Amino acid sequence: MRVTFTIVRRELGAYFSTPLAYVFLVAFLAAAGAATFYFGDFMERRQADLTPFFGFHPWLFLVLIPAVGMRLWAEERRNGTVELLMTLPVTPWQAVFGKFLAAWIFTGLALALTFPIWITVNYLGNPDNGVIIASYLASLLMAGALLAVASTISALTKSQVVAFVIAVGASFLLLLSGLDLVLNLFTGWAPDYVIDLVAGFSFLTHFNAIASGVLDARAIIFFLSLIVLFLFVNREIVEIKKAA
Amino acid sequence: MSPLIEVQSLRKHFGSVVAVDDISFAVDRGEVLGFLGPNGAGKSTTMKIITGYLPATDGRAAVCGHDIALQPIEAKRTMGYLPEGAPLYGDMTPTGFLDFIGRARRMPRAERKRRIAEVVERMELGEVLHRRIETLSKGFRRRVGLAQAILHDPDVLILDEPTDGLDPNQKHQVRELIKSMGDRKAIIISTHILEEVDAVCDRAIIIDHGKVVSDGTPAQLHARSPEHNAVMMRVPAGDAARTTQLLMGLPEVDRVEERARAQSSVLLMAVPKNGQFIGDLVAFTLRENNIAAADLHAEAGKLDDVFRKLTTIA
Repeated sequence: MRVTFTIVRRELGAYFSTPLAYVFLVAFLAAAGAATFYFGDFMERRQADLTPFFGFHPWLFLVLIPAVGMRLWAEERRNGTVELLMTLPVTPWQAVFGKFLAAWIFTGLALALTFPIWITVNYLGNPDNGVIIASYLASLLMAGALLAVASTISALTKSQVVAFVIAVGASFLLLLSGLDLVLNLFTGWAPDYVIDLVAGFSFLTHFNAIASGVLDARAIIFFLSLIVLFLFVNREIVEIKKAA
Repeated sequence: MSPLIEVQSLRKHFGSVVAVDDISFAVDRGEVLGFLGPNGAGKSTTMKIITGYLPATDGRAAVCGHDIALQPIEAKRTMGYLPEGAPLYGDMTPTGFLDFIGRARRMPRAERKRRIAEVVERMELGEVLHRRIETLSKGFRRRVGLAQAILHDPDVLILDEPTDGLDPNQKHQVRELIKSMGDRKAIIISTHILEEVDAVCDRAIIIDHGKVVSDGTPAQLHARSPEHNAVMMRVPAGDAARTTQLLMGLPEVDRVEERARAQSSVLLMAVPKNGQFIGDLVAFTLRENNIAAADLHAEAGKLDDVFRKLTTIA
């Protein structure tokens, strides 16, 4: 545990030692605010809730989460420091989990910094704060699953740009797999259970299930198990790619 | 007690390419082993297997009695490793970086602080402690890499080309450092600078095409030179032909070569048969025949020649 924490510390330090962290935080907060007020008709709706705010999170994450996750392993492999890291008395799992956790904590920080909008909505009316907390949880869980995907893809390449582009593509498919846009690729030739399976992977559906305030256990387990699954794949890829 | 580093019939295949082909050796405490070989011979791959970065295809490597494949964490604790090119986290400062390494190696706070202060002084990093590593010169980076490897005062040190890219002063410094630790640890260094073998190594292994082609002390390596114990002498130009004839007449002499010709003198080299010592014999013969030879001396044999001889025969 202490070793994992050491990795988390270093990775968090790495985010804040470059302008990337600040650019990301400002971009996220600005985009979240702009989307909520301009496109979400936050004021015009005359309702004291954060539905428009959370509704844009999946679309912001689509671009921003791959940006957070792209450097995790690609940078390490490009600089050769992966050899240093993997010859320290650190298990591959500690390295993979520590890096992921640092990125997740960083994303959590970005989410936490949106607190003024929560204060605003409480000042303007009487929102259901339980739903807001559930929505934050949904957002955090979805970010975690997308980060695990981005981290895994980052382990596949030495190029952060390649990692970013592929991760955006993968996130897009995972977010939208419940929509006709993606399902139409399968209808007509794939059996129904395949279509159901693809539809069942939709991040949006699960996100909405938690964000509605119901705290759907299945959706929570869905995101958590996806995180574990992808981190496991991540670990295997790190091991395989060492020889290359 | 078993040796600190034990490598048995190690093999590594990358697809159909055989990078390491049945390498075995052992290194004891107090020994500095030099790893020589052309680029791509398998030096780095062998080191990567010993340090647990790459898995071996076959065979085993053990450090301080811990098999690297079965007890990787225990084995890695006892080792310090400087990977080729000394990769470092450029976004960190040397202090921050060494602190990270100390924490990852689970050194208690007090010990960590004490050891960081020690290696910083030893590697003379004081003036750059709080600068980002990516802004440091190559010499400083290499020293940060070395500081990282010796931070926990490991019994075993694996250094992949520790002096590569350093200026002569820095090279000397690093060699002194390795020598000063040599009697307390088991150390492997890889290099293709042959003078380094004479300077720091107790033993040298030459690897070519993944195989060990020579294993012995630097003196034994010198002895494998075709010019080992050859006698060099400078004789007056007029006596050159006569000297050559006289020396060729000796049964111990294999051949006599003219190495250089100046206006008044000629540099000759008499190569003995089977590397035997013929210094006295040559001196006696010249004196008997009233040939005024200067600079008479026996050659140790150049490591370069040994290296080429062992690694170019296809």
